[in-house]
Amino acid sequence: MSETTIRIPTPLRGFVGGRDQVAVPGATVREALAALTAGQESFHDRLFTAEGELRRFVNVYLGRDDVRRLGGLDATLPAGATLTLMVALAGG
Amino acid sequence: MSLKDRRLAELRARIPEVGPADALALQSGGALLVDVREDEETASGSPAGALRLPRGFLELRIEDKAPDAARTVLLLCAGGTRSLFAAEDLARLGYADVRSVAGGFSAWKAAGLPVEVPPQLDAAQRERYRRHLTMPEVGEAGQHRLLRSRVALIGAGGLGSPIALYLAAAGVGRLTLIDDDRVERSNLQRQILHAESRLGQRKVESGRTALLDLNPTIEVVAHDTRLEAGNVLELLGGHDVVVDGSDNLPTRYLVNDACLRLGVPNVYGAIFRFEGQVAVFGGAAPGLRPCYRCLFPEPPPAEYAPSCAEAGVLGVLPGVIGTIMAAETIKLLLGLGEPLAGRLMLYDGLRGEFNEIAVPADPDCPSCSNGVTAVLSDIAAVCGG
Repeated sequence: MSETTIRIPTPLRGFVGGRDQVAVPGATVREALAALTAGQESFHDRLFTAEGELRRFVNVYLGRDDVRRLGGLDATLPAGATLTLMVALAGG
Repeated sequence: MSLKDRRLAELRARIPEVGPADALALQSGGALLVDVREDEETASGSPAGALRLPRGFLELRIEDKAPDAARTVLLLCAGGTRSLFAAEDLARLGYADVRSVAGGFSAWKAAGLPVEVPPQLDAAQRERYRRHLTMPEVGEAGQHRLLRSRVALIGAGGLGSPIALYLAAAGVGRLTLIDDDRVERSNLQRQILHAESRLGQRKVESGRTALLDLNPTIEVVAHDTRLEAGNVLELLGGHDVVVDGSDNLPTRYLVNDACLRLGVPNVYGAIFRFEGQVAVFGGAAPGLRPCYRCLFPEPPPAEYAPSCAEAGVLGVLPGVIGTIMAAETIKLLLGLGEPLAGRLMLYDGLRGEFNEIAVPADPDCPSCSNGVTAVLSDIAAVCGG
C-alpha cells in the first residue's frame, strides 16, 4: 500500500514526537488519519468527534483542497498523496 | 525659417490637429487626453480627466495607461507645439490615431472648458516617495491614493510592528493603531516598533512615536483599547482596509465579522513558533471572497486551543508574515495585482517553504453567505492549557 505524507501543524506536533510530517499507510483520508492517531486517544479526540467525524475546527487538505469538498473522510488517496492538517493559529 | 519652424511645418502637415472643443468631445467619446506638460506646469491646472504624463516619460509609460494602440490619443501641451513633437513619437511607437490639441492648454482654458487642479506632492514628499513615483504601477496617482488612504491596524505587537512601519513608510495617510497593552522588555525580541527607551508606555503611544519619527507627514490615530462587540464598528468604520495583527482568536472572529458588516477587506495573518498563515478575507460581494469563518467556522473549545503560556515565536517570524500583510494591504489600496484571497499562504520557517491551500467562499458560511448578516459577539477568551 502506498504511503501518504501528512504535514502536521505546529500545535499538533507534540503528538508525533515533534515531527513536522509523518508517512502513514491508508487508502482513504479516514484510514490515513486513523493510522496517524493509532494508539493515541487524545490525538484522535483532537481530530474527531465521538461520531467519528472531523471536528469543525480541524481542516484537512489533500493537495491544496479541503477534503470536505472531495468526499470527506472517505475520499480516496492517490499514490504519493500529501495531506495537510490545519488548525487555527492565534498568535500575532 | 529656423530648423525648428521647418520641422514644425513638416509635423503640422502630417499630424492631425483638433481644437479644444473637439478634443473634449473626443475625450467624452473614449479618447485618451494626455497632458504632456511638466509637473510644475500642470500644478496650477490641467484639463479635467486628462492623464498627466510629462513629455520626458511619454513613450516609457504610455503603454501602461493606454494598452490599446488603436485608441485615439489626444496630446496637449501649453500652446500646441510640444504636443506635435510628442504626437509624432507616439505614432512612431505604434499608436494608430494620435492627434495634437491646437493651441494647447491656453486655448483649452480660453474656451472655458473644464479644468482641474491635480493634487500635488511637495518637494519633500517627492523626495521621500521617489522609489514609488518612478514605478508606473504606483506613480503620482498611486502615491496620492496612498496618502488619502485610511488603514486600521489591530495589534501593535509582533505582526503589527512591521505592518505599521511599512505602511507608514509607504505614506498611508491615516493609520489607526488599536491595542490595549503596554510595552514590556519581553516584547522587544520581535516587536520592532517599540524600544527599550519606551518600556512601560502604552503600545499605541510608543508605536505612534516610532511611526511619526519615520514619517512625520502621516496621521497616526492611537486607540488604547480592546476591541469588543460594542466598539468594533465605530473603531474600524471609515477605513479602507483593516489589518488583523491581533494575538487571540476571539478578536480574530470579531474583526472578521465586523469587516463583513462594514464591507471592508481584512488582511489576516497569524503566527506560532516557526509557522505563519496569511490571507485576505472579505471586502467583496458575497460569494466572491471567503471570510475567516469560511476557513474556520468556529473557534476550538478552550481545551483544544493553542496554549497561551507556550505561545513562543521566532522573533523574525512576524517580520516574514507581517511584511506580506503590509504588501497585501498596499496592493488592495492601489488596486494592484491579485489579492491573496481565496487561498491561504502557509509559511514553514524551518523548512523555508511557502505552501498554499485553497479557501473558497463557503456558500453555507455562518457569517458571509448570501443574505446572512454577520453577528458581532464577544467570544470568551480561548486559551488552552
